Amino acid sequence: MATKANIEEHKNVWVFAEQNNGKLAKVSLEMLGEGRKLANKLGVELAAFLIGDNVKTSAETLIAYGADKVFLAEDPELKEYRTELYTEIICKKAIEEKPEILIIGASAIGRDLTPRISFRLNTGCTADCTELDIDEEKRLLVSTRPAFGGNVMATIICPEHRPQMSTVRPGVMAVPEADASRKGEIINVPVEIKPENIKVRVIESNEKEHEGDKIEDAEKVVGIGIGASDPESVEYVKELAKVLGAKIGGSRPCVEKHIIPHEVQVGQTGKNIRPELYIPCGISGTVQHTTGITNAKYTIAINKDPNAEIFKFANLGIAGDAKVILPAIIKEIKKYKA
Amino acid sequence: MKIIVTIKQVPNVTKVKWDADGSLIRAGLPTIINPVDKHAIEAALELKEKHGGEVVVISMGPGQVESALREALCMGADQAIQLTDRKFAGADTWATSYALGCAIKKIGDYDLVISGVEAMDGNTAQVGPQMAEFLGIPLLSYALGIESDGKKVQIQQKLGDFERKIEADFPALITVEKEINEYRVTPMDKILEAFEKEIPVWEADDVDADIVHLGLKGSPTKLRKVFSPKIEKGKVQMLEGTPEEIARQVADKLNEKFLI
Repeated sequence: MATKANIEEHKNVWVFAEQNNGKLAKVSLEMLGEGRKLANKLGVELAAFLIGDNVKTSAETLIAYGADKVFLAEDPELKEYRTELYTEIICKKAIEEKPEILIIGASAIGRDLTPRISFRLNTGCTADCTELDIDEEKRLLVSTRPAFGGNVMATIICPEHRPQMSTVRPGVMAVPEADASRKGEIINVPVEIKPENIKVRVIESNEKEHEGDKIEDAEKVVGIGIGASDPESVEYVKELAKVLGAKIGGSRPCVEKHIIPHEVQVGQTGKNIRPELYIPCGISGTVQHTTGITNAKYTIAINKDPNAEIFKFANLGIAGDAKVILPAIIKEIKKYKA
Repeated sequence: MKIIVTIKQVPNVTKVKWDADGSLIRAGLPTIINPVDKHAIEAALELKEKHGGEVVVISMGPGQVESALREALCMGADQAIQLTDRKFAGADTWATSYALGCAIKKIGDYDLVISGVEAMDGNTAQVGPQMAEFLGIPLLSYALGIESDGKKVQIQQKLGDFERKIEADFPALITVEKEINEYRVTPMDKILEAFEKEIPVWEADDVDADIVHLGLKGSPTKLRKVFSPKIEKGKVQMLEGTPEEIARQVADKLNEKFLI
């Protein structure tokens, strides 16, 4: 149970490297970039933990993206993700190697796997962080995440248990530059899977089809909020997105009202976006939403309320009604393109 | 089939208000059953209707959690158990999972544990997986559908970009997504019946929990501070003029930044 760790024995930063059908998850590269920063601050090594079947080429990629070491666990039984098999392999090695930090991308797999690891290792895990840092004096991982339904931010530490674990939502951290000349060590982790330990059977696995880019990868996003959720405004939002070549995202209330699907919800319980251009229309700017847009490069906010929080996140602000402003903007953009 | 459903009573965080200083007002927020947990109750009731058995709902929290459990009984749960003890207070997900896990063990002899994927206030999605680990049973997460033959269970799993069908023998723990079902409206006779049922209150000793793992003290994670996000004020340039004038400025800016 949650007995305290002998903290001095624990060293190094680990990142779980997620792969699906042999393809590394982008969020794992983002985590390597962040893990590298944490490891440098602590003056320790960064290791990636890669699990799958025949995925060794990805181990080289992880080194190029910043890992000093890659723990590689391969077995045909590991082709499909399964919570308990992954947990067993990572925990066994973590007990031997004693990392001080383990960070994991908060993808669907990451959010399924991480809590089970943290419980087995008797340690805490801070979920869905938006910022990670090191308290250098105390040598602690300091994790910041939205709390209370995304209405405030909370800073959380795990002072007496190791490894300190955190997950970070996809899109929050930047993917670092790859350097193919980086050298690193690949360590094969022996895997022994007994048939009686296979508790979950994967009957079927299908990748969902996407319509074009995902919102988190989109270069331009037009956001739709409750203030622009009337049918007329929605049509203008669609037209603006079309002339800009932008994806449409939006706030949680618009998902609840079925104006947009959950896949394009932006914010704490949705996606984090990092577009070149973001145009939130009728979005007031609760923390729930704004945690997902802090990486937008250029933001033009439209809202009826001149004091709306969203303007604090914007470069250009327009205090006005979306259904009046949007048609004028669409017209002007069309002129430029003509 | 014996199914235990774990539910959480949460403040309705979509109704948050702020005081003049910009601080969050926590007091007076209405409390509700965490919305996705109602889908967990519904999923359990549907399984029971198909296969027979019973549905036991448990919740940890202060005394007022009784109202959430009463609502679960109204939906049709057979039994409700309330976990209330000051020793449970201040628990993080680890200590919460431990306490709920102890209660589930105490109830015993279950085939399935079902919970919502995550709570709307904390949004960690950790307690389901952590309870599964404590209980040493398989986790079937993100369920969009559940099928069972009475011995094993199969779910349709929404795993990010993948949709999978996965299966495990009893006992297992399932976390459900809100898309899994539409939960029922309580019929009047059930309401009356539900208000006659007794809800036992269990304390830490009743579930044989080790006090060192409970509440704030038993929590590996510690809250350092809570704050409203810092924002660079005054960065925004507010556009003035008629809609046409504003639109022209916007288009000029987009052009200058090579965005059109």
